[in-house]
Amino acid sequence: MAGVLDTSPAARAVTRGWSDLTIRNVFIIPTILFLIIFNIFPLIYSLGYSFTDFRASVNEPANFVGLQNFRELLTDERIWNNFWVTAKYVIVSVGGQMTVGFGLALLLNRAMPAKGLITTLLLLPMMMSAAVVGLFWRLLYDPSWGPLNYALGLGDLAWLSNADVALYAVAITDIWMWAPFVMLLSLAGLSAVPQHLYEAAAIDRASAWYTFSRITLPLVTPLLLIALIFRTMEAFKTFDIAYIMSTQPTTELISIKLYKFAFQEWQTGKSCALAYIVLIMVLAITNIYVKYLNKVKER
Amino acid sequence: MAHIRLDNVTKKFGLHAAVDGLTLDIADGEFFVLLGPTGAGKTTTLRLIAGLEKPDDGKIEIADQDVHQWSASERDVALVFQYYSLYPRYTVRQNLAFPLKSNARNCSQAEIDERIARAAKTLRIGHLLERKTDRLSGGEMQRVSIGRAIVREPRAFLMDEPLSNLDAKLRESLRAELKELQMKLKSTFLFVTHDQIEAMSMGDKVGILNEGKIVQVGTPYEIYNKPKNIFVASFVGSPSINLMPAELANGHVTALSGKLKIVAPRSKTNGAVTIGIRSEDITVGPKEQVAAHIHDVENHGVEKIVTLRVDDQFFKATAPSSLELKIDGTVKFSFNPDKLHFFDAASGASRA
Repeated sequence: MAGVLDTSPAARAVTRGWSDLTIRNVFIIPTILFLIIFNIFPLIYSLGYSFTDFRASVNEPANFVGLQNFRELLTDERIWNNFWVTAKYVIVSVGGQMTVGFGLALLLNRAMPAKGLITTLLLLPMMMSAAVVGLFWRLLYDPSWGPLNYALGLGDLAWLSNADVALYAVAITDIWMWAPFVMLLSLAGLSAVPQHLYEAAAIDRASAWYTFSRITLPLVTPLLLIALIFRTMEAFKTFDIAYIMSTQPTTELISIKLYKFAFQEWQTGKSCALAYIVLIMVLAITNIYVKYLNKVKER
Repeated sequence: MAHIRLDNVTKKFGLHAAVDGLTLDIADGEFFVLLGPTGAGKTTTLRLIAGLEKPDDGKIEIADQDVHQWSASERDVALVFQYYSLYPRYTVRQNLAFPLKSNARNCSQAEIDERIARAAKTLRIGHLLERKTDRLSGGEMQRVSIGRAIVREPRAFLMDEPLSNLDAKLRESLRAELKELQMKLKSTFLFVTHDQIEAMSMGDKVGILNEGKIVQVGTPYEIYNKPKNIFVASFVGSPSINLMPAELANGHVTALSGKLKIVAPRSKTNGAVTIGIRSEDITVGPKEQVAAHIHDVENHGVEKIVTLRVDDQFFKATAPSSLELKIDGTVKFSFNPDKLHFFDAASGASRA
């Protein structure tokens, strides 16, 4: 009878079958295994390759070349041009997404009919495959029969084959696709601002702008920063839309260059080195953001 | 400084009338307390005056001006919220400066500093000015939120249960401070509360609100001693007034199944009534009239509240703390005939 009355955790676990520990392991171990096999192992392995002249297309052993790949890449003006293109793209695209997304959120953050439906519809672009979006916008941008030029009355402006415009055309597509993401986070931030603060501000005779800049904005800033971090990271490594939409050298983002190194020129070692350079840059940028975010949160 | 008048104001939320044909007159410089149970429409009334809600019907006047079309900011009244509503992430000073930075006011920096200093001194929050609002205690937050109201020098102060989230000791001291503040500023205060002690101790006038309607308006003395009906009588006073059925006949009141018989003080029409008597108007002692069973004794220090039972009727009496009373014992009591309240047995209206 003593066994029945024993209510220690161990005794209860026995009656249930698996212990908490077992259940935890059963769920976590496969995940960790997958992560190691498909993420961590390639990450480390490619770091090794980045110091060699390995070519995946040739059946030759890799030779250790030290920092040569890095040296070549960092002194190559064409690579720096790719980075410059990427920087322009990130600024335009993320800037546009933040502006449009936050603007939409401000418009939606009020009682209005069919608000849920409108929000859902606005979120659709985000859920589409980038390849589909790229092809779809190529049709829209088509200079001779694309609906965009027709609607805007731009004649036969060649969006994607015009070297000056192509990068912005791709950025516009990215804005269309990802502004809803910013909108979603902003909406979450805006709806978390307590209504009574707005009432207090109205009673205190604050103007609409004053209320927005002193109450709304400071309270939404942390979420906006999170959106900014995510979008910057993503924009920095954009490949799909740009690759599908345009072949212009002015739209050759760093990830496209990376792809060409790796799978067109088969310079596996060099492409691994470039991938690491990109990774370190993204880490550095996001670190700055995160530092700033923590500072904002502390205030 | 302004006089506030509500004329037949109605506000509906869906089908439910939160405020129902309410008429109210608050004199300039008066400390008016709106008292009522939860859901009586007190806060809605306040928000209607502040301009945060628009009435469905009726007229609201501030300083003899119809403010129907005015927005909250145009009305220039200060509202102290129940949950303080301090602006987060800002210091106390920035919170106090917020209303003064409004374009509608156009205050110079020197004037802002001066007004903040004056308000801080009045509320004794000078040492907190540079502190962030999330590092304040409840009482400090409430002071700051009152401070934000007084720096504005508004036409009227509206306060929505500002003390209800504070602990009892703090509530007591802020109560006194608020009353003092009002006397010093000589402004119109409309104070909403469900706490009858707050209402009685602070108000020049008290309005009792129930189900969106004003039941009675009067001085605390009038409300306590001449309640208009059973609702007012039982809402005000602690412990609650004792109510029991009685029979009026030939100038006598008979209650407690005939055990209690008192000469009715004034001529009353005969018939069934409900009588009310407050605990302090029941005398307990060895020389009194009727015997009762002692059901419970609460020791309050200054006095004892004793629950007595005669047959099935329970009622509470106040006894001096020196009197020895044992639970389940017996004691004699009598009612003060001059302090009896008579209510209509059916409608509950006073028959005074």
